[in-house]
Amino acid sequence: MADSFEFEVTIPSDTAKGHEVQEDILQRLQHGGFPEHDLFGVKLALEEGIVNAIKHGNGLDPNKNVSVHCSYDGERVIVEIEDEGPGFDPGDVPDPTADENLQKPSGRGLMLMKAFMTRVEFNDKGNRVILEKERSAE
Amino acid sequence: MSAGQRRIDIEEIGDVTVAKFVDKKILDENNIQLIGNQLFGLVEEDGRKKIVLDFTTVEYLSSAALGKLITMDKKVKAVGGQLRLCSIRPDIYEVFAITRLNKLFDIRDDQEAALAGF
Repeated sequence: MADSFEFEVTIPSDTAKGHEVQEDILQRLQHGGFPEHDLFGVKLALEEGIVNAIKHGNGLDPNKNVSVHCSYDGERVIVEIEDEGPGFDPGDVPDPTADENLQKPSGRGLMLMKAFMTRVEFNDKGNRVILEKERSAE
Repeated sequence: MSAGQRRIDIEEIGDVTVAKFVDKKILDENNIQLIGNQLFGLVEEDGRKKIVLDFTTVEYLSSAALGKLITMDKKVKAVGGQLRLCSIRPDIYEVFAITRLNKLFDIRDDQEAALAGF
């Protein structure tokens, strides 16, 4: 049956390290009985969230870190990703699906996180995102 | 993976160039950069105008990869060419649908459908 887990890890602003954390979380979820069809969205959201923190939050600064806290209780996984950047206002991100933005090559990460996760929230400063995914009915 | 390794397989079918992604995951920043350069080379260096991108092997892609596809689409259109995408699995198609990029790109079910009438 489902195995719960909780851990925290701090990584430098390096996307390769970000992918290692991502793979680690996904493997633990798989072992923990998280449904396969929910993993696609979690993977996508983790990719966007961690890359955002490293690139846009920390600006790829090797002296800044990203901390990732992950907990899973068998029903839902909650991942908190915090960078050491100045933060941002998610309300300032233009709607990438608006006609005038459709051909812009960036600005879709936040929307994808929201689409695939049950809950996406930011702290007031905007340098920490909480990604929550509840397992869907089988 | 060496930096110079091809990330797309190229096949010529008539006057159409079919570019098939090698990777299951189009996520890593360097990899996306490499794929972007190889795709852009088809238009800018090789002068190809009818291009099909085959997603058969692709299981994951990120918003950064979508960005490269949009830039590729612009480059192809700029030279009066046409770009078609095909064989996108349902999970990935959902990414295109959520972002409304299914309206921007010409997406066909499979390679045969993509080549038809090209």
